[in-house]
Amino acid sequence: MSILLQQLANGVVQGGLIALIALGYTMVYGIIQLINFAHGEIFMVGAYGSLATYTWLLPQGIKDSWVLSLPLMLLGGVVVAVVIALIMERFAYRPLRNAPRLAPLITALGISVALQEAVRTFYPDATSALRFPRVFAEGNLALGPISVPWSGVLIIVVSIVLSVLLQVYINRSRMGRAMRATAQDPDTAKLMGVNPDRVIVLTFVLGAALAGVAGLLYGSYITNVNIDMGFQTGIFAFTAAVLGGVGSIRGAVIGAFIIGLVKTIGGQYMPGGTQYDYVWIFVVLILVLVFRPQGLFGEPERVRA
Amino acid sequence: MRKHSVKSAAIVVGVLLVAACSTNKTEGGSTAGGSCDTSKGTLTVGVIAPQSGGLSALGLGIKNSAQLAVDEANEKCTVKGYKLAVDTQDDEANPAKGAQAATKLASDTSVVGVIGTLNSSVAQTVQPILFEKKIVQVSPANTNPSLTRGENFATAPARAFANYFRVCTTDDLQGPFAADYLVNDAGKKKIAIITDGKTYGEGLATEFAARVKAKGGEIVAQEKVGEKDTDFAGVISTIKAANPEALYYGGEYPQGGPLSKQLKDAQLNIPLMGGDGIFDGKFIELGGKDGDLATSVGAPTESLPSAKTFVDAYSAKKYSDAYGAYGAFSYDAANAIIASLATTLGDGGEWSEDKRDALIEAVGKYSASGATGDVAFDEFGDSTNKVLTVYQVTAGAWKDAKTGEFAG
Repeated sequence: MSILLQQLANGVVQGGLIALIALGYTMVYGIIQLINFAHGEIFMVGAYGSLATYTWLLPQGIKDSWVLSLPLMLLGGVVVAVVIALIMERFAYRPLRNAPRLAPLITALGISVALQEAVRTFYPDATSALRFPRVFAEGNLALGPISVPWSGVLIIVVSIVLSVLLQVYINRSRMGRAMRATAQDPDTAKLMGVNPDRVIVLTFVLGAALAGVAGLLYGSYITNVNIDMGFQTGIFAFTAAVLGGVGSIRGAVIGAFIIGLVKTIGGQYMPGGTQYDYVWIFVVLILVLVFRPQGLFGEPERVRA
Repeated sequence: MRKHSVKSAAIVVGVLLVAACSTNKTEGGSTAGGSCDTSKGTLTVGVIAPQSGGLSALGLGIKNSAQLAVDEANEKCTVKGYKLAVDTQDDEANPAKGAQAATKLASDTSVVGVIGTLNSSVAQTVQPILFEKKIVQVSPANTNPSLTRGENFATAPARAFANYFRVCTTDDLQGPFAADYLVNDAGKKKIAIITDGKTYGEGLATEFAARVKAKGGEIVAQEKVGEKDTDFAGVISTIKAANPEALYYGGEYPQGGPLSKQLKDAQLNIPLMGGDGIFDGKFIELGGKDGDLATSVGAPTESLPSAKTFVDAYSAKKYSDAYGAYGAFSYDAANAIIASLATTLGDGGEWSEDKRDALIEAVGKYSASGATGDVAFDEFGDSTNKVLTVYQVTAGAWKDAKTGEFAG
């Protein structure tokens, strides 16, 4: 029983990480109906951005104290992720905004490969995994039989806090209302004075910032990063977004925690072990999609002209 | 119109990036010709090993050491009338990429032999392709026994591929050697096993487990991780419940290092032991901790008098990468191919593809004293050198703990 509880805790940590990335998928899809496959790579770039900040920008005195280095690395990672996402939006997606939907989709795959290869080629020693500093308290939080590393606790807390903040921002703020309006009907929103370019850019910025945060948290939890990490985790995040209903913030977060739990529990208690955890994730996804094609919290797809 | 050009430009840029990164350069010997007669042209020694990806540290050492042997042969005019060159193909530790690399080398008539691969799983796809063209293959690093002695290597050994040789010993000795050390020398009786599901890790762990049981130890848990997993919290929680005294990992350092670190994070303070796949400095960099153990093939390169010439020559070349666990083996493998080629061609011989059979035969009979000790092959293509060493992480570096032959 205590092992099961521990496995559930492990799953929740994974879920938190996936949630931060899934939010980016779901927001971009909500606004421009694009599955941004390069989003996993934004997460990876964010992790390398914060690692670069740590390696080359921070003086030794700051490196020694995570209280100082964590926010600075966070800043570095988020800035790098956001800048890359802005460049991507401006030069790859904006020109294709009125193109058939397949064109930006293929472009997204292309960018994903290009970003991976760019990091592999230009980041020193990135051909193999790189060590990432812990930048958070060592040790574990012990709750009865469960013990979770503090860096894992941080993932859970940050992912929940940020998704709640995001939900509030979208529901309450003026820009949030503009985002919702654009998602519902871009043409009418434009007539009402919403600048779609600004809304779309903001969406990419928010998604990338969350992915950048996730990159740092992943690095600090796993303590190493490699260029494949975005692809791997991106697949889970994308699946989580679809499971929860693409376009829904709440759906993405809940979907992510379900995926994290299924991955851990399926990997440990089902035949085949962790090598088959993908199988259980997709079995759950297919089952949900059979009965609720729009996902758990998604709205049924409207036919668009 | 503009939309189209932007779109195609994006695609073209993407494709170019990919192409630019996967291009493999052919590197010729740096001492081009010198005073030797190279009138008959250039012959190529192929290398198939990971040059990028997680295992590139080992693969680069293999490439550089082969290059070193070829450079030396060019200086000494070992092969009369020909200049030798190295053609390195990146297999990315991926069997499918290895097959492409092998096909590419196999179509080149100037290729005399191939050094590689690093991974046993990649060797499985490379072997048949090179066999078809009768290209001799000498691996510096494959340790899975079935590659030479076939599927039933323990009960009914049968030579798998006549063109395949290796200069390192095999996992049916390495696994038990590790088991003896862990159970007898280190006194660990309750052992958990984690494997990565690949040819090498599975084979090694199976041999290890059998010996542990024979020695009175107990395998308290046996788990698998996916080849690309990075978060091992799940398996660690599972094995932790079985209270193991040590963990044996059948796999390689890109996962072994982080796994060791996460063991510690999960407050499971037991040593992790692995095979030659985790014996690299990168294992420690990625999280390997003091007390962790690894077996590797051969005696420690630095301690061998026979390896001193190799180590000095390697350092003199100032390669940007260390020779790693297999550098000395790769050097010996290259020398085996080069020396056998010289014997096959003799003084005035011309290379042609018909000579490949004779070359395979010559490698089979090759016997010399190399950097790793005596280099010779038995009837299956296995090395006659069965020395193994246990290393332990001590003060953040690998240190040899015990060298010997598996006693049986």
